[in-house]
Order: sequence, then structure tokens, then C-alpha cells
Amino acid sequence: MSVLEIHDLHATVETPEGTKEILKGVDLTIRSGETHAIMGPNGSGKSTLAYSIAGHPKYEITSGTVTLDGEDLLEMSVDERARAGLFLAMQYPVEVPGVTVSNFLRTAKTAVDGAAPALRTWVKDVRGAMDNLKMDQVFAERNVNEGFSGGEKKRHEILQMELLKPNIAILDETDSGLDVDALRIVSDGVNRAKESTDVGVMLITHYTRILNYIKPDFVHVFVNGQIAEQGGPELADRLEAEGYERYLAGAK
Amino acid sequence: MTSTDVKGPESAGDPVANEVVGGAAGAAPVLAQEVISEEDRGRGKGPKLEDEGIAVKDGKPSAATRGERHRSFDVAEFSRPTSKNEEWRFTPLRVLSPLFEDLATEDREGDPAVDYQVSVPEGAPEVGTLAPGQSPRGEALVPEDITSAVASARTDQALHLRAPRNAELAEPFRLTAHGRDAERRSNAHIVLQTEESSTATFVLDHTGSTRMAENVEMVVGDNSQMTVISLQNWEDDALHIATHHSKVGRDARLKHIVVSLGGRAVRVNAIGEFSAPGGELEKLGLYFADEKQFLEHRIFVDHAAPNCTSNSAYKGALQGSGARSVWVGDVLIRREAEGTSTYELNRNLVLTEGARADSVPNLEIETGEIEGAGHAAATGRFDDEQLFYLRARGIPELEARRLVVRGFFAELIQQIDVPEIRQALSDSIEDELQRSMN
Ligand SMILES: Nc1ncnc2c1ncn2[C@@H]1O[C@H](COP(=O)(O)OP(=O)(O)OP(=O)(O)O)[C@@H](O)[C@H]1O
Ligand SMILES: [Mg+2]
Repeated sequence: MSVLEIHDLHATVETPEGTKEILKGVDLTIRSGETHAIMGPNGSGKSTLAYSIAGHPKYEITSGTVTLDGEDLLEMSVDERARAGLFLAMQYPVEVPGVTVSNFLRTAKTAVDGAAPALRTWVKDVRGAMDNLKMDQVFAERNVNEGFSGGEKKRHEILQMELLKPNIAILDETDSGLDVDALRIVSDGVNRAKESTDVGVMLITHYTRILNYIKPDFVHVFVNGQIAEQGGPELADRLEAEGYERYLAGAK
Repeated sequence: MTSTDVKGPESAGDPVANEVVGGAAGAAPVLAQEVISEEDRGRGKGPKLEDEGIAVKDGKPSAATRGERHRSFDVAEFSRPTSKNEEWRFTPLRVLSPLFEDLATEDREGDPAVDYQVSVPEGAPEVGTLAPGQSPRGEALVPEDITSAVASARTDQALHLRAPRNAELAEPFRLTAHGRDAERRSNAHIVLQTEESSTATFVLDHTGSTRMAENVEMVVGDNSQMTVISLQNWEDDALHIATHHSKVGRDARLKHIVVSLGGRAVRVNAIGEFSAPGGELEKLGLYFADEKQFLEHRIFVDHAAPNCTSNSAYKGALQGSGARSVWVGDVLIRREAEGTSTYELNRNLVLTEGARADSVPNLEIETGEIEGAGHAAATGRFDDEQLFYLRARGIPELEARRLVVRGFFAELIQQIDVPEIRQALSDSIEDELQRSMN
């Protein structure tokens, strides 16, 4: 049983115009097995929240706390956070020239587990996970994200999630830009992970569509660096009908 | 050179340099310029050329042609380089100034400036020596700058390593030059020779410290196969200017590998000439520049005979403030060199702020009747986003850097046919990385 607790989180970023506060007091608790959808308009700070939790150096945490199972995440380096059980599927995964997917996956798995995986089962696991995500095996020998299409990058993110088995996963717009087939494949992957590892999921999205495939337990409306409202799955339906207008007016 | 260098140098890394690659965090490493893609290389029917950095001439020789550079054994015919000289414009002339002096090797009684250790494989004759003008010395290398002219003139007896006709030497020749004093000058001239239809590998290792002016002359006999690996494993204070000059005979093959990891300032000018048809030249280079280290590599491939192939690939990594690398790749396809196929590539990986890589590919073509010609140069950064991505998967920072740098060099290292050198090289690269992390 894992729990990620975010309390009154404020974060800033340096811009050419000066320091800008983007997160303005975020409170959120995610437990194993729970799925929290975070929905909000462009620029509201969703990715900033994800990056801040994962420890991206661009964002400065000015106040608040983030703990994972009681441990202070903010004190940890980026890789320590991942080894503590945190995973971030990125909105824009980065290319790593010269590093093959298979080498990358094995290195990451070894780092996260603290020991190299048993070769035979590992090879089988990777194959199986790739098959499930309809990723051709040739991807194993390609360089990380290099020349991948948008959809391939997203599948590759979920592949990592399935293999690394985090306790808490943040999925930043994993659904954006996917066609229906790809969306289904990726959602199946997330659901498999939920079933097999009881991972707690923060599902950041712009669109309600993915919620037809991945059922959220909670929906949070994220506006102007804060959670403006939270509720159950029914809140997503209301957003679908009404959009963010209400909240935006309130935020001004 | 000036007439054809339409593209201009490509620089990246240093904020004050003319920056081609965006330095903003958030940008993945950028291939600054991909001039001719892999697909364009030597395939298809006619020559495929890109306008940038490639000049197709009408056959009239011009003074700007790289092949027209003055060559002589007479030291007096050369003047000290200045930063106005095209071929020296990137070089820190002050740092290297001791190597522009016409000085003898500073050997002392029982205390040579440089210790040479040579081991010769089974099937090869003992190490010989060659006086100036004694064949084959001078068949390939005629100095084209002052340092090379001095190195030649000040070396009475050049070391001569030779693979006899038809010999297939399984083990490499090994020559270690160990500098014993950073303040002392040394001159060297080494002649490597594969006679007709022979096969041999030569490993030249430079260690310790000195100020070395060196010539390496490679006489690649008809139908022979030569591999040369020159390792610049100097200590931090060594100065080194080397001229490598090869002449590739009919149907002969030369694989020339330069690895520069050590030294305060190192400049290797590697010239490859085809004297007869059917030759093949592969030039590989790997360098890793650290804080305040200057590493310059120049290649010149002179296609002076028809139906020859050349392939050059140099890759470098840079880290630390003041780390500096220069790569200049000149390829000349002369009028008579019909059926030429050539490709050259340079890639740089800038690992930290304050490092700078310059890269100038340059192709001169005097005939249209070629198989293919291309070049590519790119400098990318190892940026925060890449590091973040790997670390967000639990991979510790040092390991993440290693992964990327290893991946960057892997392809090149695989092409080094001597296994223990491959291993040593991988280890050296790890050391370099380790250093930067502390
Ligand atoms: N490095 C940065 N420099 C300047 N501004 C930034 C930076 N990072 C984020 N911002 C700004 O912070 C705000 C929030 O950005 P963020 O990417 O978190 O939004 P988002 O909710 O994820 O948007 P989207 O739905 O478009 O992905 C935006 O106004 C953005 O321009
Ligand atoms: Mg976003």
C-alpha cells in the first residue's frame, strides 16, 4: 500500500520576464489502486505539477510538501524518487541517441530494483509487454524515442510503466494525439498495470475520451495552478458538457 | 579552401561562440546541420551533391585548392603560423608556440626526452631506421608546415616498421612513446610500411608528457592492408603536433584510427593520398576533450586516382570549461579521380557548459564523374532534458551520462579491430566521465 501526499504545493519557474508562480497551492492524495484524473485547460500547470513531483530542475518548489509513503520526495534526487516507486510518463518523451530501448529498459530496471533482472524472464517480460502494446520487436534495438511517432512514444512510456512496476504513476497527457486504436492499446496497458500491481495513477488529461477506457475514481479540475473542484467520475461528464468556462471565470 | 568553405564553421557549446545549436533547456540535442543524409551516400547512378560546403570546380586549378599547399623538407621555407593562416585559425598558437621553434630533441645523457618501446610481431623484420631521403622515407610525407618540417629535419634516424611482401601479421606492431618531461622538446619521424599484398596493424601509443613534433608516414603498398591506431594518451600538460601522411597504393586498403584523450593541446593533421586506382581509405577518429584541453583533428583525403573509396568518421565529446575541439575535414576529388566514392562525418557531443566544438567539413570536386560524395557534421548537447528523462527512470546521474556517451561512441569503437584497445578505450572513456562527475 502506497500513498503520495501533496500538500499546499507552490512552484515557480524562471522566465525571461522573471520568476513566475505556476503552482499556487496544490493539495492531493493518491493511494495505491486509485486513479485520479486531473483535467484542466492548456497552461493551467498540469505538467508543472507532474514535473515538480518528479523533480525536474526547471521548477523550484517554494513551499509545500510532497511525500511518498511518508518519505519526503522533495529531498530526493530525480533518480531517487523513481527508485522510491514514482513514475512519470511524459507528455513529450525525450530522444536519447545511441541508447537502445532494450539497453535503456534493462538499465532502468536494474536501477529501480537494485539488482539486474534475471535474463531469461526479463527478455520474455519485455517481449510480452511489447506484444501487448502492439510494438514491433524491432523497437527494442532502436534508439530511445529517436524517430518514434507520437503514438509510438506514448506506447513506449507505458511499456516502461508496465516493466518498472511503480507504486505511483503520473501519466501526463498520455492520451493526447492518439487515434482510437492507439488509445485503446495504451489504456489497456494502464489497466493491466493497475490490475497486476495495484499502482496508484494520476492521469493528467485534456480530454474526457480516455476516461471511457480508464475509469477514474476521482476527478480533479485543475485551473490556474490549483485544484478548483473535485468529485467522482460524474464530474468528468459535467466537464464534457460545460467545459472549463465556469472555472476560468472564477479564476480571473 | 577559402573558396569552397561556403558553409563556414559550425560551432556549438560556448555561449560566446556563434551558436548553431540552441542552448535552451528543454531542447533535445539537436543535429545542427545534416548536410547530406546517409541515403545520399555513394548510391544511385550519378553523383549526388549538396550545395553547401561542396564546390564543383571546372577543373582549373586554383591556389585555394587544399592540394596546392606548399610542401618542402626545407625548414626555412616555412614561417611560424599566425592566426591569419586559414589552417591555423582555430589553434591556440601561444600554447603550442614551443612546437614552432626549430629545436633539437632534448635528450640528456642516460635520460632521453622520450622513451620508445617497440615490439614487432612474429614474421616481421626487426625495427629499422631510415635517414632523410632513404627510401621509403619521404615517399608519402613531405612536410607542409613548420612543425612537420622540423620534426623531419631533426630526426636523423626515423623508426621503420615494415611488414614484408605477402606477410600476414596476426599480431600488431606496438610502439609506445613515453614522454619523460613536459618541459622538454622531442622530434619524431616514424615510417610504417606494408609491402605488396601484406597485412599488418600498427599501434602507436603516446603516454607521459613532452612537447612532441611528430611525423607518421604510412607507405601502403599495392594490394596491402594496413591498420594504424594512434593513441594520444598523454598526461595533462603534454603538447603535441603530429602530421600523419599516408600514400595508398593500387588496390590497397588503409584503416587509420586516431584516438585523442590526453594532452594539454594536441593537433593531428592526417593526410591520405591515393596514388593508384582501387584504393580504400577509412579514417576514424575519437576524442574526448576535458577542461582546458584543446584537441584538433584535421583530415585531408586527396583523391588523385580513379575508383578509390574513402570514408571518414570522427566523433568527439567535450566536457568542462575551456574544453575545445576542432575538426576540419578536407576532401579533394581531383579531375582524374573518376569513380570516386567518399563520405565524411563529424559528430560532437557537448556534455557541459563552457565547452566548444568547431566542425568544418569541406569537399572540393573537380570532376562530375564520381560515384558519390557527401559529408555531415553536427554538434549536439547533452542537455538537462535527456538527463532528466533517464534519471526519472531511476538511473543515477553518472550512469545516465555513461549510457549516452557510450552510445555515442559505440559504433566507432566497434570498428577498432584490436580487442584490447577496444576495451582500453571503453575504460578510458569511463575514466573521463568519472572525472567530470567529481
Ligand atoms: N520553462 C518554462 N518557462 C516559462 N514558462 C513556463 C515554463 N514551464 C511552464 N511555463 C508556463 O507555465 C504555465 C503552465 O505550464 P504547464 O506546461 O504546466 O501547463 P499544462 O497545464 O501542462 O498545459 P498543457 O495542457 O498545454 O500541457 C504555462 O503558462 C507555461 O507557459
Ligand atoms: Mg502539459
